[in-house]
Parts: sequence; structure tokens; C-alpha cells
Amino acid sequence: MIPAPARRRRRRSRTRLRPVRLRGGALTAALAVGLAGCGGTTIESAGSGSEPGGGSECGQLDLAVNPWVGYEANAAVVAEVAETELGCQVTKKDLKEEVSWQGFGTGEVDAIVENWAHEDLKEQYVEEQKTAVEAGPTGGTGIIGWWVPPWLARKHPDITDWRNLNRYAPMFRTSESGGKGQLLDGDPSFVTNDEALVKNLGLDFEVVYAGSEAALITAFRKAEAERTPLIGYFYAPQWFMSEVPLVKVDLPPHTEGCDAEPEKVACDYPEYELDKIMGREFAESGSPAVELIRNFRWTNDDQNVVARYIAEDKMSPEDAAKKWIADNPEKVQAWLP
Amino acid sequence: MAVAAPPAPSPPAPSPATSSAVGRRRPRRALLAVGVVGAWVLLWVLLQGRDTLFLSPATLTPLHRRLNELADAVSAGRDSSPVFLYGVDLVRAGLDAFVGGVQDLLARPSGGRPVPAVGWLGVVAVATWLATALGNLRVGALTAAGLVLLGLQGLWTESMDTLALTLSAVALCLLIGVPLGVWAGLSPRVHRLLTPVLDFLQTMPTFVYLAPLTLFFLIGPASATVATLLYALPPVVRLTAHGVRSVPPSVVEASTSLGATGPQRLRGVLLPMSTRTIALGVNQTIMAALSMVTVAALIDAPGLGRTVLKALQTLDVGVAFNAGLAIVVLAIVLDRTTTAASERAQTRPDRSRRSARLRRPALLVGAVAAGAAVLLSRTYLWAAQFPSVVGGTDIGIGDDVARTADSVTGLVQEHLSGITGGLKDAVTLFLLNPFEELLTGSPWYVVLTALVCLSALAGGARAAVTTAVGLALVIGTGLWFDAMTTLASTVLATLVVMALGLVVGVWMGRSRRADAVLRPLLDAGQTLPAFVYLVPFLALFGASRFTAITAAVVYAAPVAIKIVADGIRSVPATTVEAATALGSTRWQVVRAVQLPMAGRSLALAANQGVIFVLSMVVVGGLVGAGALGYDVVAGFSQGELYGKGLAAGAAIVLLGSVLDRVTQAAARRAGPDAHAA
Repeated sequence: MIPAPARRRRRRSRTRLRPVRLRGGALTAALAVGLAGCGGTTIESAGSGSEPGGGSECGQLDLAVNPWVGYEANAAVVAEVAETELGCQVTKKDLKEEVSWQGFGTGEVDAIVENWAHEDLKEQYVEEQKTAVEAGPTGGTGIIGWWVPPWLARKHPDITDWRNLNRYAPMFRTSESGGKGQLLDGDPSFVTNDEALVKNLGLDFEVVYAGSEAALITAFRKAEAERTPLIGYFYAPQWFMSEVPLVKVDLPPHTEGCDAEPEKVACDYPEYELDKIMGREFAESGSPAVELIRNFRWTNDDQNVVARYIAEDKMSPEDAAKKWIADNPEKVQAWLP
Repeated sequence: MAVAAPPAPSPPAPSPATSSAVGRRRPRRALLAVGVVGAWVLLWVLLQGRDTLFLSPATLTPLHRRLNELADAVSAGRDSSPVFLYGVDLVRAGLDAFVGGVQDLLARPSGGRPVPAVGWLGVVAVATWLATALGNLRVGALTAAGLVLLGLQGLWTESMDTLALTLSAVALCLLIGVPLGVWAGLSPRVHRLLTPVLDFLQTMPTFVYLAPLTLFFLIGPASATVATLLYALPPVVRLTAHGVRSVPPSVVEASTSLGATGPQRLRGVLLPMSTRTIALGVNQTIMAALSMVTVAALIDAPGLGRTVLKALQTLDVGVAFNAGLAIVVLAIVLDRTTTAASERAQTRPDRSRRSARLRRPALLVGAVAAGAAVLLSRTYLWAAQFPSVVGGTDIGIGDDVARTADSVTGLVQEHLSGITGGLKDAVTLFLLNPFEELLTGSPWYVVLTALVCLSALAGGARAAVTTAVGLALVIGTGLWFDAMTTLASTVLATLVVMALGLVVGVWMGRSRRADAVLRPLLDAGQTLPAFVYLVPFLALFGASRFTAITAAVVYAAPVAIKIVADGIRSVPATTVEAATALGSTRWQVVRAVQLPMAGRSLALAANQGVIFVLSMVVVGGLVGAGALGYDVVAGFSQGELYGKGLAAGAAIVLLGSVLDRVTQAAARRAGPDAHAA
């Protein structure tokens, strides 16, 4: 919509508008100048603050951001350190896990900074396609299992032993569970053995698939607030645990190889050592960010602090990361190359 | 299976002869249908639980495994195959450049400057001018108000990202869709070939092809645009074809006999005479593109969808609602502008009126003012970035919107969850469970036979064949049990949608005031991302099939209501007046005159109701409906389940095609204006 002569003139002189030379757009320019009389900061004077784009040594870093708050906490801290300490230009990409792994091969993703096992993806991309490499643990531990709201565990302390679950099954009935107790499952991103578990442990329960993390959290939140019974699949670390500290139900303990055959599983989920993955190309690029990501290591508690800043205090991930980094300078120092 | 009502031709009055003939045939068919259902129930009692083809969510069939291997092979072949290296990558680069250009213009810092090429003042001015020029002053004012509202909500940049992506996708849709539609309109063979493809695009859940898409087009604007394009393309193709086909043959013949060549005929007769229908297609394509905003955010598409998804991670209903509201505002602005533009395109302006004479100079002045605004927005920061503080006071309303939404949902949850829980339990126990049990608990051959017989009774032999073939293919996907579970919820949701469509649609069709009040709400139901209201729904109803049905009704009812209202309004006023003059009561007018004469619209409403309900199956999977929806979602999230998710997507497409064909055939048979159709 810009009249042509005006555009030409803008290129020549960038700071002030001079209406004199305009022919076709005289009225336009007159109007513009009239309005411009109100004054204000021009873009050029404000825009000079934009940085020339990070240190040349590090360059571009593409971080995948998988859709959960704990991951966001990891990514925010890594990104903040990479930008301020190493001068990288960090681009965060909001992606599901599968898509992030694909991105290694196409060069669109450099690193994943919280990976929950995903043995199948490791086999495909690390072993077979050789587009990804492992980059060590994050220091966090992932726990998967069955949980109940705290009020229920207080009222029936023995409910946390799986052997007693059948006794309580009738109170877990819902419209979806067909006369049996409902075991609410189903964040679709997580692998579950629950149908096999219910069958092999002889429990009078029906697995109902909630279908999303939002559905699981809403259910637990409601169960705690209204003191209604609920048992379901959940995991830690998760920001919701600091709002409602769910209590874990003990299943038969996990032993090496007890979950080898999915149909015959009758033991608890293993504890997952959460780790980091990098694209092979990036890992071999010699960027200082490679060292940073390899060295990045903290605890579930650290992550929970940052996740709480984001989820409950509604801070932006950047501000949350800045705050944690300011409070923990010695931890950050240890990661630097 | 067009997305909206094609302009309904005024149907001829029902002839007494046909209605009495139908009247004689109908009870017999109804009796037969009751017989089929009776036999079905009897067989269910006898054979309950046998041959139900149940497959647990974690189990795979050989077909699912083969599909997994196929996907892996495609993924591994990306770097070596010349098709990827030259063909697809070229397309991708082109798309990235195109979308990136639009983003540079509207949304992201460009040209070495910290702001987009055109700032907010320029965008508002140019958009307002365009809306006024193409439509009228009213939509111009609406556009200005809507865009400023986006800024006040604190979502200017996100909105512009969404707008850039939507406009690019829509532009490409038109570039591809209009010629394709014209071709399909001229050649019945192309039309027959294209229809199943369009059906496929509209019912195949996007989740199924989202991950592979990023393999082909990489993560970024190109993939997001292609995903949006695939979903939004069908309406414009369908409605363009419909428009071209509805040009009376006599007119075409006349132009041919006058010696017009093919292109001349197209330019001079066919396109001008179908402008209104094509505009409706453009309009529906824009709506469809906007409904993809949140899904595209899953593959890093920038904009409002990302805000919604981020808010969902922490169950922040307020922030999600604020962003959802912005999407609704964009939709309403684009919808009203395109509608006004299409109306202007048809009605020749009356040049003698004073306002019409003033229009041209006024537009010229407006253009100059818009140009000035663009210049300002390229020079001054206040005109480039939407200010959040003016004169020391915070003018943002985003926080207030979020807070209000939070407290309203909080109140509703607190006071209603007792009632809603009871409602859910009652509906599930007395309606959904028995129906679902009949579909999933009977042996597959009983269900198949019963459904084929019912289709034959409702739609005739061809409908029966479609049902038989479609359901046989569903068995082939290995997901029969899940498909029947989904079918039960789908049918129930569609019935509720139709009930709402009839009641509210008739009301809206008869009352202009009701229309004015309800229409924005319907638009909101259609474009507000489901993710926004899922959390409150979950709090009210828990993770259940009922929640999924409710979400589907919210999305699908608006379409049905709009189509019915359109049909009621297209009944000639003279007919209604005549009936009233003859002493008919209001109820008699509705029942005996308006509804029968809007028969074709009712059929279209039912048809679209089913398709829209089916397109929410995946969302249903996110809130506890399980079955096909969950299979698709899990397939998108877990590599090992990918093949199963793909099969589930195919099953949804098959159910959609069967339901579509059967409802259409039934409508053709049962509609009193069958001859007009």
C-alpha cells in the first residue's frame, strides 16, 4: 500500500521525513508528517539495540522443546546459559518427541534435553540411521506408576499396597469402567503396561484411557478437591506434584527383565534415567554448546523449582531460568566448557 | 459433503402426489427397520460377546506392523531418494520463502529491523480500507475494532503470525482449488474422481499425517502450511464445482451458439454466474484454515495456537481462552469481510444514490490515509509495535480476559459439577451404554448384516453396497471393535446436533434478532480451539465418552444450525404469508410449510453434522473417548503405535464415507423435494 515514490525516498533517508520531493504521494506524506508531529521514538533509533547475532564461535543452536513443563525448564536453563555465557543464537522449536527425533536427520534439531527412555527411537535413530547420539543423563529420575490423591492415602493408608486394591475396587467405579474399578490411564505419550498388569495381577479393574495429560491432571485435581476416589497412571517429575502431592501405589517391585514380554508384565515400571540426545552432525560440529549440553546435569528438585516458577508463578521460561541461574551460579559454572 | 449450505435454490412446493406415495411407502420401510433392529437385539442376546474382534490398545496386527515398517522406510530414504532431494525440497524452499515473506511483512522482524515491515497501525489501516472497499463501511469498522482488540489482548504478534500463515495457506488453496473446482464442475468424470479424495482430506485426522509431513517438508512454516492446505482445500473445490455446475445449461448453450470459445465462456459466463458460491467456498476455506491453528502448532507453527498449547500444559484456562478468543475474533473479521465482499460482487451498486456516488472519493481518501498509516508504522515505534501502556496507564486487557475466564470456569465447575455428573451418568447408562453394547457386543457378522439392511432401507441398494464395502474394509484395518465404539458415540452426538439444529435453526431462521445474537456464538463454537474448553469440560464431566460427545456437539452444532436457518429463511415469504392468511398457527407454518420446504437443507445439515462430529473423534480421544480417537493420538505420540494410528485414521475415513453416502442417499429418498435435488 505504500505509494512508490514514498518508498523510494524512505530508502535514501532513514531518519527524517522530508515531504518536499514527493509528487504522487504528496497528500500521503503531508498526512504522515502531520501525524508524525506527535513525535515518538523512531524505529531506527530504537532498533540499533539489536545485537549483531551472538558469538561467532557458537553460532546457531536449535533446541527441541517437548510439550511438558519439566522439559521446558531444562530447555530454558540450557538456552539461557548458551546465550549469555557462550553467545549462541538459540532457537527453540515446539515439537512432539517423535518429530524432534526426526529433526536430527534433517538438521532441524540439534538437541533434546530431557528424554524419557524411548528405546525404540534410540534403536531407529542412534543405531540404524545414525543421525543421533546420546549425550548423557540430565541427572533427573523419571518415575512412572499408579498414584492416588493424598486424601485417599490418608484415609486408607493400606491402599498403597497393590494387594489391597481389589478390596477398594468398587469405590473406583465410574460410568466408563463397566462395573469394575476404573484405573485412569492414558497420557498417549507414555508407554503403558497397565492392561497386562491388571490382568496378570488379577485385579478387578478396567483401564480407561483419559487420552491426555490435561485429562489426567484435571481428574486428580478434582478428586483431591472433592474428596472423590481415583487411581491412575502418572509420573514424576511433574509440576502438578507440587500442587497435589500424589501418593504412589506399590506394585510388585521391578526386577531386571521382568518387563521383557509386554503381555506377561506383572511388576512395577522401572525408574528411568532421564537423558539428553544430540544430532550427530551437531555433536561433531565442535560448537561449545555441545560441551554445555553434555555437561548439563541437575536434580529433580532443581527442575521442580524452575517448573514451579513457570507453571504456578506464571513466569516466562526465560525469567524462570534467569532466576534459577542467579540463585545457583556454582552449578552453572560446572557445566561450562 | 460440502462444508456449508450451497445457496439453496427455492424449492418447488411439494406435490401432493409424491408425498402421498412416500407416505404409503414410509410406514412399511419403518416397520422393516424395526424388524431388523429387533432381530439384531435378539441375536445380541444369544451371541453376546462372541466374535467381537476386540483388540486391546497396546496390541498390534500384522497390518499395523507393516505400516510401521513402511513409515520407517520412508524416513530412512529421505536423504537418498531423488524425489526428496529435488522435487519435495524445491517445493519446500518455495513455500518457506512465500510464507516467510508474508511473515516478514506482518509478523516478524525483517529487513535488519527489529519490527515487521508493516507495523500494527499500518495493518489496521490497510485491512480496514480493504474491508470497506471490498465489502462495506460496517465490515470496515468491524475489522478495525477486531484488529485493535487483538492488540489490546496483548496478542498482536501472535495474531499476525497466525494471520500470515492462514492467509498464505488460503492463497495457495485458492490457487489450486479454484481451477480444480472449475475443472470438476465442467467434467463429471473429474468430479467423480475428485470427490473421494476430498472426502479423504476432510475426514483423515491431521494427526495421522502431521509427523510424516515434517519428514517431507521439514519442521517449520512449509509443513504447517501444507497441513493447513490439505485440510482447508476441499471446501473451495467443492463449492466452486457446485457453483459452476449450477449455471443453467441454457445459458452455457446460448453463449456457445454465439461463438464463445472455452476460455471466453469461463470468463464471461461460468465464473461470474457462480461468484456467490465460490465466495462461500473461500469463506469456508478460511474457517477451516483457522481451525488448524492449534494443530499446526504441534510442529512449531508460530502464532496463537502455540499460546493455547503452552497454556494447556499448565492447565491455564484463562490464558488459553484469551488466545482462543483472538482466533475467534480473526475468524469473525475474515468471515464477515468475505461474506460482505461476495454480496457486493453480486449486487450491482445503484449509482444514483448519494452514498454510492460518494463512495469512490471516500475510498480514495481512505487509501491515502492507509498509505500514511503504513508510512508511520514503518517510522515510529509506537505505530510499529502495539503499545501496552498509553500515557502511563496499562491498556492491555489480556490479563483481565484471562482472569474473568478463570473465575467464570471456576464458578461453573463449583456449582454445576454435581448436576453435570448426574447428567453424564444418566445419559451414559440409559442411552450410550446400551447402544454401544449392541454395536460392540454383537458378533461382527450380525452387526454388519444389520447395518447393511438398515442402509438398504434408508438409502436403497447403492447405499447398502457402500456400507458393506466400507465396513468390510474397517474389518481389514483390524480395528472393528474400536470403530463400533466410535460409531456409537458419533451417532448419538449427531442426533443431539440435529435436534439442536432443528430447534435453534428454526428459531434463527424465523427471527432476525435471534440470528444476530446467536451467530457470533456459533462462530465461536466453530473456531474456538477445542483445547480451550476441554479442561473445563473435563472438570465438569470427567474423562469420559460423554465429554467427547459434548465437545463434538459444540463444534458440529453450529454448522447444522446455520444450514437449517439458511434453509428456513430461503422459503419464500409469500408462501409463509399465504399459509398464515389461511389461518395456520405459527406451529403449523413451521411444521407444514417451512420444514418440508427446507427439506434439502435439513438433509445437508444432517450430512454435515455427521462429518463435523467425525472430525472431532481425535479430540474425543484426548478426553476419554478411547477407541479410534485414542488410537490416532497414541500413534502420533509413540513410534511403535504409528501403524495402528494410521489404520485408525483410515477407519475414521471409512466410517465418514459410509455415513456420508448413506445420509445423502436417505435424504434423496425421503426428502419431499427429492425431485428438485
